[in-house]
Amino acid sequence: MISLKVNGKMYEVDAFPDTPLLWIIRDELGLMGTKYGCGIGRCGACTVHIDGQAVRSCTTVVASAAGKDIVTIEGLSAGGLHPVQKAWVEEDVPQCGYCQSGQIMAAAALLAANPKPDDADIDRAMSGIICRCGTYQRIRRAIHRAAAMRQG
Amino acid sequence: MTNIINVRRNRFLDTPLAGGLILAFSLSQTGPSQPFGSSPLAGSESSPADFLRIGPDGTVTMIINKSEMGQGVYTSLPMLIAEELECDWKQVKVEPAPVASVYNNPITGMQMTGGSMSVRTEWERLRTVGAAAREMLLAAAAEIWGVPKAHCHADNGVVFHDSGRKLSYGELVEKAAEIPVPAKVPLKDPSAFTIIGKPVARLDAKTKVDGTAIFGLDVKTPGMLTAVIERPPFFGGIVKSLDAAKALAVPGVAEVVKINSGVAVIAEGFWAARKGRDVLDIVWDEGPHAGISTDTIRQHYAALAQNAGKVACDKGNFGAALVSAAHRLTASYEVPYLAHANMEPLNCTIDLKDDRCDIWVGTQAQTLHRAAAASVVGLKPEQVFLHTTYLGGGFGRRGNPHSDFVVMAAEVARAVKKPVKVVWTREDDMRGGYYRPFWYSRFSAGIDKSGNLTAWHQRLVGQSIMSGTVYARRLIKDGVDTTSVDGAADIPYDIPNLLVDVHSPMVGVPVQWWRSVGHSQNGFMVESFMDEIAHATRRDPYQFRRALLKDHPRHLGVLDLAAQKAGWGSPLPSDRARGIAMCESYGSIVSEVAEVSVSPDGKVMVHRVVCAVDCGRTVNPSTIETQMEGSIIFGLSAALHEAITLEDGRVRQSNFDTYPVLRMDEMPLIEVHIVHSGEPPGGVGEPGVPPIAPAVANAIFRATGRRIRRLPIGTVDREKA
Repeated sequence: MISLKVNGKMYEVDAFPDTPLLWIIRDELGLMGTKYGCGIGRCGACTVHIDGQAVRSCTTVVASAAGKDIVTIEGLSAGGLHPVQKAWVEEDVPQCGYCQSGQIMAAAALLAANPKPDDADIDRAMSGIICRCGTYQRIRRAIHRAAAMRQG
Repeated sequence: MTNIINVRRNRFLDTPLAGGLILAFSLSQTGPSQPFGSSPLAGSESSPADFLRIGPDGTVTMIINKSEMGQGVYTSLPMLIAEELECDWKQVKVEPAPVASVYNNPITGMQMTGGSMSVRTEWERLRTVGAAAREMLLAAAAEIWGVPKAHCHADNGVVFHDSGRKLSYGELVEKAAEIPVPAKVPLKDPSAFTIIGKPVARLDAKTKVDGTAIFGLDVKTPGMLTAVIERPPFFGGIVKSLDAAKALAVPGVAEVVKINSGVAVIAEGFWAARKGRDVLDIVWDEGPHAGISTDTIRQHYAALAQNAGKVACDKGNFGAALVSAAHRLTASYEVPYLAHANMEPLNCTIDLKDDRCDIWVGTQAQTLHRAAAASVVGLKPEQVFLHTTYLGGGFGRRGNPHSDFVVMAAEVARAVKKPVKVVWTREDDMRGGYYRPFWYSRFSAGIDKSGNLTAWHQRLVGQSIMSGTVYARRLIKDGVDTTSVDGAADIPYDIPNLLVDVHSPMVGVPVQWWRSVGHSQNGFMVESFMDEIAHATRRDPYQFRRALLKDHPRHLGVLDLAAQKAGWGSPLPSDRARGIAMCESYGSIVSEVAEVSVSPDGKVMVHRVVCAVDCGRTVNPSTIETQMEGSIIFGLSAALHEAITLEDGRVRQSNFDTYPVLRMDEMPLIEVHIVHSGEPPGGVGEPGVPPIAPAVANAIFRATGRRIRRLPIGTVDREKA
């Protein structure tokens, strides 16, 4: 059994130790907001926070996440929407929406580490997460908006 | 004329449905009843289906017959109803429609989402739905108050009498349900629109930022297992022998079954299924296509292009015009197979019982996919209940005309008799075929002494996507798949002698439509060759196009708007250049100007794209803007990076490491300008795609002197300039 702390809740899971954290989150814990996109850490749809860092859960084996503080999109904000989520709605960012959990988790981690990122910072933090609908321009605007919101 | 019946009166009167007004269309008006001949697809529906429910609490539930794949139909289509209904927009909820012929696209005669048709086909009927319901609510209030209906008006979910009395829609629905549906309803004059034409925020935004939106891959049903399918390494291969012992020994693996397209490993959860699949021992019969390679396809196509193909368009006399031309120009162009690479890999969940089958799937082709599943599991279409989820990208792939991802899941469900979700890995998705076809084109043009373009010939070589599909009867004419020559045989430019012919070889690589279909290759080829001619005649490419569009005011308007907003002709930093292109598709005209630089080592950077679009009357300008932005990114990604290639029958790419797509650090600044127009609405999901590749390629030519005639661009070899 592996002990996991996800969104502040403790879970005991029985799984192959090499199971990617992504599939534990989805298939065992039933938290479907974290998405499968590539399985090799190249699209970022599966991004979660582990101890505050944006991490690709599809290439993180569950054993290595034991005892750490894991946060998924469902746990990003306890009451109401997180400023990043609010900014996403205000900028009308999502199209199909499939990648947006990963985009939002990456953006939230970026802003936690760097409250006022410039475009180059955003490129560095966000280029790991693919959006095939092409919402990048609005994502960039929403991150600036969320940064302003947090400071305002 | 639209014929509306009130279902509640006919059918739901005695049901425990929680009060309220339900509007439905009768089945008699759903366009061509058998557009594809006597089709086994239709099934029969005994129940009419509804478009709108208003509850006693005032909630307005709109049942939307189009799949939401990012293009915003769960917002733009409700806007059409709401415009006439005069409801409170905050009370609007959206529900995906079940499958019923009443929801069919009137042009294709099937329930489907594609061809940038959603607003175009629903424009009138959904406004009529809203107007009919409003008239019934007004009549109900008038009856309750004993006043003439003409003295009542509706606003924001409330009916008011001139005296100031008012009743909310929620309070009126019981009475309204007893009102006969008006045979004819007045629709607003566009000048009175209060919602249509205004930017409206997406209704699905919140559920897509908090992780609660349910895509096909997120569906959970009690007792559900997960399956992954090992498929042959070559298209058309089959299982020769299978040893499943090792797979069955993996904890969590429940079953291993052979299906037509491969071997399914069914397990408790994805990871066990994957691990089981990894240790399958399969010997494949390679099938007939194990030898194909992109290189041999290219040679084959170039050889075919030496001979005349089937004629798609023959205007004037190209041969004579070319002979008498003062200058002649020829060039060959090529574009690769492309994957759709939706962010959500393909998947389908099925719960099969003896007399009922439930399917949860992100699909663009409900009628087809339900019929295909029914045929596999041996039920009638009406015994199959298809539930449309959100689609994690569509781009055409989820409307597969061969129903591949649904048929596979149905085969697995038939074998296991338990609820099962079939999941495609990214590698399965990328190697699973149904690509945008590889295309080769040979162009010739004749130019007269004064530099006028007098003769134009495009000979295309590429697979027909419609061949062997339900669409073939309608879309293959005299041997020409009309979608192959979209954007080639119907170019708007005034060229007196125009010849377009096409070869449609059978190759064995599964192909289908990809966002903007034939325009995706022809936009690039036609608009690049047009640029070559402009250069050869020493004319400015923008002015050159203008001269060929003298009698096309809409096209000129779009071209001028793009050029003007892009500052065409104004100075740029010395390493940058602009390229322009214009394409018409799906009832809309789009022109794009790209500002590009190429680094000394050949890396292309697209700094800015200015897009002008005339899509007729606008419904949601916000959607139009996002669709143009998204189309530009989608088309630019393909133009710069994407290619599926084959070697010895195997697809070389498998995931985003080998099939790179555009990321944020390569994103240009995009500006979208919408032409104000009173013309009927055009499509917006696809028309932004075709012009971007040629706009960028034409800019690269201006920046480096290097003409791009083969996609993807990759890095530009500056030495060849």
